Amino acid sequence: MPEAEPPTHVFPVLPHESSPASPSLDEVFEHSRTPDSVPGGTGGRGRPIIELADVRKVYSAGSLSVEALRGVTLSIDEGEFVAIIGPSGSGKSTLMHILGCLDTPSSGSFHLSGEDVSHMSETELAHIRNQRIGFVFQGFHLLSTMSAWRNVELPLAYAAVPRAERRERAIAALRRVGLGERVEHRPGELSGGQQQRVAVARALVTDPDVVLADEPTGNLDTTSTEEILGLFSDLHRAGRTVVLITHEPEVAAVASRIIRVRDGQVTEAPPRELSRA
Amino acid sequence: MSWLETFRTGAQAIMSHRLRSGLTMLGILIGIAAVILTVGLGEGASAQVSNEIQSLGTNLLTVTPGSTTTGGVRGGLGSATSLTAADATALANKKDCPDVAAVAPVSSRSTVLVAGSTNWTTTVSGSTPGWLSVHSRSLLEGNFFTQDDIVKANPVMVLGATTAQELFGARDPVGQSVSIGTETYTVEGVLNVVGSSSASGTSQDDLAVIPITTYQQHLAFGLNRTSVSSIVVEATSKNTLSAAYQEINDELLALQGAATPLAADFTITTQTQALTTATSVDHTLTILLAGIAAISLLVGGIGVMNIMLVSVTERIREIGLRKALGATPSVIRRQFMVEASVLGLAGGLIGVLLGIGGAIGLPHLISNPIVISPSAAVAAIVVSLAIGLGFGVYPASRAARMAPIDALRSE
Repeated sequence: MPEAEPPTHVFPVLPHESSPASPSLDEVFEHSRTPDSVPGGTGGRGRPIIELADVRKVYSAGSLSVEALRGVTLSIDEGEFVAIIGPSGSGKSTLMHILGCLDTPSSGSFHLSGEDVSHMSETELAHIRNQRIGFVFQGFHLLSTMSAWRNVELPLAYAAVPRAERRERAIAALRRVGLGERVEHRPGELSGGQQQRVAVARALVTDPDVVLADEPTGNLDTTSTEEILGLFSDLHRAGRTVVLITHEPEVAAVASRIIRVRDGQVTEAPPRELSRA
Repeated sequence: MSWLETFRTGAQAIMSHRLRSGLTMLGILIGIAAVILTVGLGEGASAQVSNEIQSLGTNLLTVTPGSTTTGGVRGGLGSATSLTAADATALANKKDCPDVAAVAPVSSRSTVLVAGSTNWTTTVSGSTPGWLSVHSRSLLEGNFFTQDDIVKANPVMVLGATTAQELFGARDPVGQSVSIGTETYTVEGVLNVVGSSSASGTSQDDLAVIPITTYQQHLAFGLNRTSVSSIVVEATSKNTLSAAYQEINDELLALQGAATPLAADFTITTQTQALTTATSVDHTLTILLAGIAAISLLVGGIGVMNIMLVSVTERIREIGLRKALGATPSVIRRQFMVEASVLGLAGGLIGVLLGIGGAIGLPHLISNPIVISPSAAVAAIVVSLAIGLGFGVYPASRAARMAPIDALRSE
């Protein structure tokens, strides 16, 4: 197996130097120089982590083709807590898949931490997902046969981190989400809220550039929802970039910036006050 | 992800579906055990036959008469009466046939022996003292008949151990009387036990031997009472076999007055020829059985593929998650390949153990010996691994090709 390259901590000042062959180079170049011209930049604490420029995604089945994203341009800076909100069928999920490098845009460009990921191969994308993105899913997606810490160490195993270090980091991540006492429990032995916290720990364990949460509270009761949203707020305060995808305005309200998706296009919504502690 | 890690993950997946994995392995297991047993059975039969033929002596030549043609109908080999005891005497002549060690003309028929109130049907052969030497036999007790008995056509008899047991039970047979029809014979000796039955199925311990001259007078059928059914010739050694063959051939041609070998009315066969024939039959049988076993392995392999496809479909969410967390297509492919080959290999190993167990246990139930062939065992393990890998390729590629979002979306 090709070993995953170690996480890059040094970023070029001009992100595009690392990908000179990108077809949408000029466009993105412009946006990054003049961040005010694109939605975003509010509440950001520095360089952009996510930069989408005129991203389109067309799904075609036979003669039928559906344009799920119709030219999305947005920028998310390091340290931002962004909620992406929209009804089902709005293209929200497609946007999440592209942001998560689970899918590639049909056209347009996507720079993640300055690197053009819009034309990468499946294998390259796997490495990007492994090192740059931490996923939290609606359905938790924990492997039921493995204990909590084994679930958390899974991304590190794919990053070829030595076994002893993996366990140490997995347990540290579980402590971080308040599950230090339950490292040996299997998902079935944990409550929904606890399972989702294990998933958050798994998303954090690789120290990713972005934590991408797709309807993380969709399967949770109110108490657990507050717990998890509180956890995301903590992460945000600690300086982590969090992108939350949801269809519930109450959930989106915890974010410091809200992006609305409708009919495959994005509009910036005014940030609301945090409604929860 | 390291190989060890991949292997651990695969083993874990197999262990989490014990019944299903067990049944899948069973398919391979039965195939492998069948291969081990059939190959072992085939080799055992071959070894048995060649042992028997070897024990008869590899430096033996058997002369049988040619066939008769009566009214245009050609009889079978040996139906002619052209070989006589005189021919045997001629072959024993050291001057003409220096490479011949011993000669025994043999005529035999099945008949009833009576001792007191007991009777027993067996094969009675008429021969000469050379019989003992050419058949590599020895006596348990008493003596074999002598040249003097041949000359005088004495009513004496040597019995096989089984025959003696059947006729006399615990009593000492030597000196006792046995009747065939109206003639009464004195038992001179009893032969040592050989044990195994011959390839032809008749026991070499159940027989009676009397002087050839006595046989001709009292037991031979037909007009030509001097004819014999075969002459067994022992060459001085294995190396002089072909020389002896030539000498016998020349001598018999001269005796029969045949100008060309084509006119010869006899056939000379060696034990090696018999050995070749017998082993080739066994060989064919082994190939047939191994072919059937191979088909069962193929079916087992399809079972592995089937279960791997089920496993891929069932774990579509897991595959999606692993991909989201950074598993590359090649890592996913490898994970499923390892799973399939572990299934195949485990089935193969258990199958080999079962096959070896069967090879040790079965001969107690059936009379056939089974040879455990190390090469067949190694080949079986390699084949089971290859089956796992071969039939795992397609399911593993399917898992590797799966788009992460499709896999994640499936609920």
